[in-house]
Amino acid sequence: MIYAEILAAGKGTRMGNVNLPKQFLSLQNRPIVVHTLEKFLVHDRFDKILVMVPRDWMNHAQDVIRRHIGTDERVVVVEGGEDRNGTIMRGVQYIEENYGVRDDDIVVTHDSVRPFVTHRIIEENIEYALRFGAVDTAVPATDTIIQSEDGRVITDIPLRSEMFQGQTPQSFNIKKLVSLYQKLTNEQRRMLTDACKIVSLSGEPVHIVRGEVFNIKITTPYDLRVAEAMCEEKEPV
Amino acid sequence: MINQVYRLVAARQFEIAYKGVDLRADHVVVRPTYLSICAADQRYYTGSRNQETMRQKLPMALIHEGIGLIAYDPAGEYRTGTSVVMIPNQPVEHDAVIAENYLRTSRFCSSGHDGFMQDYVFLPRDRVVPLFSGFDPHVAAFTELVSVSVHAVGRLSRKSHSRRDVFGVWGDGNVGFITALLLKTYYPDSHVAVFGKTDWKLENFSFADAVYRVDAVPQQVHVDHAFECVGGIGSQAAVNQIIDHIHPEGSIALLGVSEYPIEMNTRMVLEKGLTVIGSSRSGRDDFVETVDLLKRHPHLIDYLQRLVGVVNEVRSLHDIVATFEVDLTSPWGKTVMKWAI
Repeated sequence: MIYAEILAAGKGTRMGNVNLPKQFLSLQNRPIVVHTLEKFLVHDRFDKILVMVPRDWMNHAQDVIRRHIGTDERVVVVEGGEDRNGTIMRGVQYIEENYGVRDDDIVVTHDSVRPFVTHRIIEENIEYALRFGAVDTAVPATDTIIQSEDGRVITDIPLRSEMFQGQTPQSFNIKKLVSLYQKLTNEQRRMLTDACKIVSLSGEPVHIVRGEVFNIKITTPYDLRVAEAMCEEKEPV
Repeated sequence: MINQVYRLVAARQFEIAYKGVDLRADHVVVRPTYLSICAADQRYYTGSRNQETMRQKLPMALIHEGIGLIAYDPAGEYRTGTSVVMIPNQPVEHDAVIAENYLRTSRFCSSGHDGFMQDYVFLPRDRVVPLFSGFDPHVAAFTELVSVSVHAVGRLSRKSHSRRDVFGVWGDGNVGFITALLLKTYYPDSHVAVFGKTDWKLENFSFADAVYRVDAVPQQVHVDHAFECVGGIGSQAAVNQIIDHIHPEGSIALLGVSEYPIEMNTRMVLEKGLTVIGSSRSGRDDFVETVDLLKRHPHLIDYLQRLVGVVNEVRSLHDIVATFEVDLTSPWGKTVMKWAI
């Protein structure tokens, strides 16, 4: 089975003075999370698509999905966790409890606020996850990355040609992800802000799918303006 | 959903546009799988259309020949994963006399409206025709081109006199090959002669009854009806040679597109009482007939495989440009993009 987890459990503290979490804000007159979910609905390889949302927003999420998409038996709204990895693992737990997990089952996890993801990126995540068990999506860094431990003084400037910027989806063999996550200490789990690090910390390879620079994450008012501008190009006559 | 549309913005330059679309609207969503490049696409890509046309029509996604899989049908009529050919002609009205592909109001993908170079193509539900299993996708990719010939042959059949002992096909390219092949299928007892410029191309027409180089056509060769499949400025010499070799009261179907006005020996058209039939594009009925014909006559697909030239997998804008450039230097056959972008 091939599962998707749309990660919409954030509460959006960076979007300014609005009451809606960023994933529910409108882009082209539709909630961003709906745009993202639709990209997975039109991809015919998914058996189930979990939309992970904060407990307080589950009704709202169900309402907007019903209003904009209607009913689709592949889509289920599930309560997210405290942080990113907690949310992913809650989704995995839901899969285990409701469908069972077989050796070759995979999950494609994706930020709900990256609605510009393409068919190719999703397809290659599925292919690589089935073959290799762990996949990240990234683009080569165009800016020089500097490292600083205290935010005031540079401690290192890594070679730019070796630097990539992580995007999503991130995709995993479910049994592999669970097994590696269970081996982590609570301290390690708290420190992790990225799901692929669960795998790489254990010394296992994570394969890279080429992302796209336009596969942006809409987290600030600036990002939303950029996203709207991207959609308002000249139409043919 | 935000759909990616891969548009030509200037000669040899593609950019991605992002279009917000509603999945619940009354259309089917098709994921393109194999797309085939047409000479008309190349005229835009290379900028050989006149500047006013380029300015009016760009930016625009190219390609009007292609197949795909049903990705989503809000009405549930088509099963997800159904293989379909996409119909580029989109009529907005019905006329009891004028066919959909001649109505001036009809929209045509990749001529003023976005073509099939998109992540997903949103089509009215009568603009897809399901394919049968086992149909080679590289050939299926240019079903539209076959349907154009099906349309032209059917059109000439309806409008010409009934003596069909000899058909002449002028042009040794893709359209000439397909048209001659269809004539041998619809009229197996007729003599089909092909007239071309290049010996090695003419050798591919093994199914034809005769092939002639246009600079060495014997005086005594005559045809009852003829198809002009040359296009460009070469149409002029072809049409005038047809007029010389066609019997009186014959019909001439014109299929070749030219950017230039073509001079024609109208004196002999009058003297011989010839009928000149314009033929362009195709409609849904032609697509249905084409798919049905290829299902009934699978050996046609074997012949059409000879037209499959280059097949390139496309995963990026760079791959698109590379494939269009390869097509420009291909002397024979169709260039097909395996659409993996």
